Amino acid sequence: MGDVTAPPFEQFYAQHCDRVYRLLVRRLGRQRAEDAFQETFLRALRAYGNLRHAQQLGAWVSTIAENVATDIRRRERPAFPVDDEPAWDSRPAYAELEHLASGLPPTERAAVVLRFGYDLDYEQIGAVLGSNAVAARQAASAGVRRLRKELT
Amino acid sequence: MNVPTAVDTRFREAAAASGMLDASYDLTDSPIGDLLVAATDAGVCCVSFTPELTLDRLAHRHGSRILRVPRRLVTVRRELHEYFEGRRRGFDVRVDVQPLPSFNRLVLDELTRVPYGEVTTYGALAKRIGHANAARAVGGALNRNPVPIILPCHRVVGASGKLTGYAGGLERKQALLTLEGASLL
Repeated sequence: MGDVTAPPFEQFYAQHCDRVYRLLVRRLGRQRAEDAFQETFLRALRAYGNLRHAQQLGAWVSTIAENVATDIRRRERPAFPVDDEPAWDSRPAYAELEHLASGLPPTERAAVVLRFGYDLDYEQIGAVLGSNAVAARQAASAGVRRLRKELT
Repeated sequence: MNVPTAVDTRFREAAAASGMLDASYDLTDSPIGDLLVAATDAGVCCVSFTPELTLDRLAHRHGSRILRVPRRLVTVRRELHEYFEGRRRGFDVRVDVQPLPSFNRLVLDELTRVPYGEVTTYGALAKRIGHANAARAVGGALNRNPVPIILPCHRVVGASGKLTGYAGGLERKQALLTLEGASLL
């Protein structure tokens, strides 16, 4: 056991939650910060029982938050056009789809745009969404059904 | 900008659902003052009359992953509320006294057989667990009862009928016995 033992998790959380939330909003924007916030403190909780000492807990949780933000941005990178995207059309498919799909719930919207706009397969889409191929397929078909309903 | 309440609540419940917490707790008011109630996955592990002093003790006993998760304590809070309103005579929630020494658990187990509204003595309780000479040790185990009210150590008094002692203070012990309509020996 080190010089200072870790305080009950509640105290640690209460002391750092607002600062970590602000950090994540700066990195990711408010909407994505909400998921990242939960992921950050769940990772902290997982490690908390085995902490050898309680020094620099603030810096420690900031590092976790930065890692979570990086992971989230890395997962999302395929959603942005890459360099070798063939420029056949001034208005590429994904742009048109993004406009059409803008009213869908976030996961369905992402699945539809990635599948039909970027031609990714469900395996890849699952990885982007942090789920799997089956969930990605379901999200895409739910999105398409919803779009059909809206367009008719 | 502070973390929104909905985000905070969502994290607390995800933490509880993850199974990684050593205990969750909440605060509640009562006619005998503010109480802190805590539970592990096995049951209620703490009712405390001194909420501000309790988190460290809980962490010491169960581990440092202690978090306030109100939804996890809804049932025990409701049962306590019903008890204080005189609508409940026994508790249905499970208790978790696992970290205690076996002698303390034996005492607390026997204690649950002392009925609502009745009192017994330290000596009588000692005899009932087969340690007739251990009245003082029984008193010590009751003094360290982690879940008072639910495990009714307030129903145990001195041989003379005096209240004798209570970790939460004698006025609370008196109030609980009055609530139950107990007449002293």
